[in-house]
Amino acid sequence: MRKPFARNLLVSGAIALAAFATGTVAIAAGGTEPPPARKWHFQGPFGTYDRASAQRGFQVYQEVCAACHSLSLVAYRNLTDLGLTENQVKGLIKDITVSDLNDDGAPVDRPARPADRFKKPFPNLAAAAAANNGKAPPDLSVIVKARQYGPDFIYGILTGYVPYDKLTPEQIKEFDVKKDDNFNKYFPGHKIAMAPPLSDDKVTYADGTKATLDQQAADVTEFLAWASEPHMEDRKRTGVRVILFLLALAGLMYAVKRTVWADKH
Amino acid sequence: MASSHGTPPVFNNKVISWIDHRLPIFSYIEKEYHTFPTPRNFNYFWNFGAIATVMLVLMIATGIVLATNYTPHVLMAFDAVERIDRDVPQGWLIRDLHMNGASFFFIAVYIHIFRGMYYGSYKAPRELLWILGVVIFLLMMATAFMGYVLPWGQMSFWGATVITNLFSAIPVVGESIVIWLWGGFAVDNPTLNRFFALHYLLPFIIVAVVALHVVALHVHGSNNPTGIDPKGPQDTVPFHPYYTMKDGFGVMVFLIVFAAFVFFAPDYLGHPDNYIPADPLVTPAHIVPEWYFLPFYAILRAIPDKLGGVLAMFGAIAVLFILPWLDTSRVRSCTFRPIYKWFMMFLVVDVIVLGICGSKPAEGFWVPLSQLATLYYFAHFLVLLPILGKIERPLPLPPSIADAVLKKKAV
Repeated sequence: MRKPFARNLLVSGAIALAAFATGTVAIAAGGTEPPPARKWHFQGPFGTYDRASAQRGFQVYQEVCAACHSLSLVAYRNLTDLGLTENQVKGLIKDITVSDLNDDGAPVDRPARPADRFKKPFPNLAAAAAANNGKAPPDLSVIVKARQYGPDFIYGILTGYVPYDKLTPEQIKEFDVKKDDNFNKYFPGHKIAMAPPLSDDKVTYADGTKATLDQQAADVTEFLAWASEPHMEDRKRTGVRVILFLLALAGLMYAVKRTVWADKH
Repeated sequence: MASSHGTPPVFNNKVISWIDHRLPIFSYIEKEYHTFPTPRNFNYFWNFGAIATVMLVLMIATGIVLATNYTPHVLMAFDAVERIDRDVPQGWLIRDLHMNGASFFFIAVYIHIFRGMYYGSYKAPRELLWILGVVIFLLMMATAFMGYVLPWGQMSFWGATVITNLFSAIPVVGESIVIWLWGGFAVDNPTLNRFFALHYLLPFIIVAVVALHVVALHVHGSNNPTGIDPKGPQDTVPFHPYYTMKDGFGVMVFLIVFAAFVFFAPDYLGHPDNYIPADPLVTPAHIVPEWYFLPFYAILRAIPDKLGGVLAMFGAIAVLFILPWLDTSRVRSCTFRPIYKWFMMFLVVDVIVLGICGSKPAEGFWVPLSQLATLYYFAHFLVLLPILGKIERPLPLPPSIADAVLKKKAV
């Protein structure tokens, strides 16, 4: 009974093997230009997250991205890492309700707590796919680590849309772009399901920063970089101490080794 | 000579003396790690055995901690690893150490293998020592492969699919073997579960084979850069403190480089796609293994036939098992082999070229280049080595290690 199914899987596996062996599934291959390298506050061995930018980025996520993209690995309480106080976090989530079970096991909606993970826009993947032309928007929890060029790619996608009437006839022909397609300079294959999510003044920043497209894209990328690796600052701080310690110990070991070997060379 | 050195040590501490009389672990340590006569002329290449041991211990220690926080289930594994990163105190550190530790374990072992090949450490009477080393290498590859599957990202899933599918190339029974390996009809939860179990088991088997490797090493002692045997006490120094201290220094330097990656570029050696949760319905554009498998991956893809590719890939390691008998030269060290020395260096270049080919999509000129590099890899072992030993005229060997050391000093 199951044999044909097993055979199909084996065959598809073999095809996958043959396909990568010959490079025929190289969907992303070809000339998508890499996104321009930007300077990020969190770059380099001593780089930290720009708290103000990341807080603005959270606002962009919450008001724009969260309509479709989940951030399932981050909890509301984690926002205190970005410099918000516990009360500010409670204030931010006071209007959010989440599904839960009450003590009798009945499904209820209750106010979100700081310990809750970010509420997902769709109850499940199938619902997310159904509402988005058959493909669920990716979760953004580790998106910056999950893409080549990391933050530059995220920023590049958010700012890299080219309207249909600005495309050259060659581009339209080569990538088979239709009037309703979204063309993005930095997306592999260029045609992206996501419509341009940001534009000037899409949000009104609480701190009065002018909400240009570039500003919003940079802020939300800063926020997502933090979401992808909340412990990055701790990692770098620890690293400096570990390497200084190892350097000292290596120096000491070298001195000991020299002394021990003094009579042999 | 290791078996004949020294008289049984006398311990002043009564407890140690009492235990040692019944279970001679202290005598053993004294004999094998203190007074053990070791050639006095090691260069820093000889640090990498100790470094590899340190990495093995580090991998097991961090791995046990990770295992206590991990969940081997297809629906939970990806998030479990992220929770280790985010919610387990210092979990990010343990995970970064483990994930980069695998790479640095391979770096240490590759340099260790190179050292063995360059200085002829595999030749009589150390053939079994070498073969045990190749067994460790194979076990490491299996362990690393299964470990890479555990985070259940896209590369985990598709790497597992591709590698397990290799076995379907075996005629007649291949398909049954693949289903048996998977524990079902696709890479799924049973596969993840068994990979986790085996990933936890194999390191301890590696420890056991390392123990045999060390026992075999201590029968005839270490080789050395001249490749000639020590002829007396003037050629050797006690292992401790001379090499314990030198190894200690080498380990520290290695750990500094390791720490630079762990703390400042933890994801540099990984693939971004493995931060995308596994999706059996979406094939990544390029399925690539971890960097340390790339030369073998290039050999696999260089052969246009599936079974042929699989045989060539395993053959590339199998050929190492018979290396002691392929090399017909009686001189061990490349220092005194003016022709072979350059071929040995060229083999390193060839393996690096294979690694680069393995990281590129198999198209365009990468295909003939990887075929050429594969051909050369096998030609090195199966043609050049046996012939060179016959026709090469080695340089005159120094009369003794002490002689070589003192002469170098005088120059």
